Amino acid sequence: MKAKVHVMLKNGVLDPQGEAIRHALGSLGFDGVNGVRQGKVIELDLADGTDEATINQMCDKLLANTVIESYRVEVL
Amino acid sequence: MKAAVIVFPGSNCDRDMAVALKAAGADVTMVWHKDSALPDVDLVAVPGGFSFGDYLRCGAIAAQSPICKALISHVERGGYALGVCNGFQVLTETGLLPGALMRNAALKFVCKTSPLTVETSQSAFTEGYNAGDIVHFPIAHHDGNYTADAATLDALKGEDRIAFTYGDNPNGSVDDIAGVLSENRRVLGMMPHPERAVDAGHGGTDGQALFRGLIGQFVQA
Repeated sequence: MKAKVHVMLKNGVLDPQGEAIRHALGSLGFDGVNGVRQGKVIELDLADGTDEATINQMCDKLLANTVIESYRVEVL
Repeated sequence: MKAAVIVFPGSNCDRDMAVALKAAGADVTMVWHKDSALPDVDLVAVPGGFSFGDYLRCGAIAAQSPICKALISHVERGGYALGVCNGFQVLTETGLLPGALMRNAALKFVCKTSPLTVETSQSAFTEGYNAGDIVHFPIAHHDGNYTADAATLDALKGEDRIAFTYGDNPNGSVDDIAGVLSENRRVLGMMPHPERAVDAGHGGTDGQALFRGLIGQFVQA
């Protein structure tokens, strides 16, 4: 089985990289980009039957730093 | 005083840290990240560098290494720990210090000497200074933008746990925070490098008081 983990900075945590991307889009002529948030996607190839609670533990312990990041698990 | 310096793949300030500790009178042992036990030491130093290539997040992989489990036990037993630069990132990733270090606000690697204010002399690390002293330590990092939630910041301020602040906030850190102490004041994490300011050849010796003060505690005891 496969799962995707989406890791994003929490709302309210300033994202300097997202801001830089927003400025770059503006300078390319794309108007109306009001905000950009950059995150990461981690693809996991897991033993069949791995439960979501285990994947959440992986996220809490390593894949996300929950002080500043939130995550969403998508089982494929 | 006995100290251990942890070496991760990608550490590059481990030798500087050992030299600074030895110059101040400590007996220093280097320990490898795969070691699962620490020697009998008073202080564990987590040096700067780019442990594990900064993969995933700075310090995140190092924080899961066998030696960091031993580090956590050492701190839980009341042992001292000093994390500088990548070492500070490792200490926040282990949860031994609150908050997190994010990408610098200007997105650039910053390498220069930064003026810092000593915010408290109430710790083994800072008792060699007076609160309000200005010291100059080199900084060299890409991810030193300290952040913590409002409740954590209130606790840090209320408990006098902010050790150093930047005079020139080079990275966007909240409230100019450059270094913080643990609740028991025995763990210090900071982005600037005191170990790079302990010899006249470094261009400054403001860091000597940190190492001498720390080691002096054990000489008296």
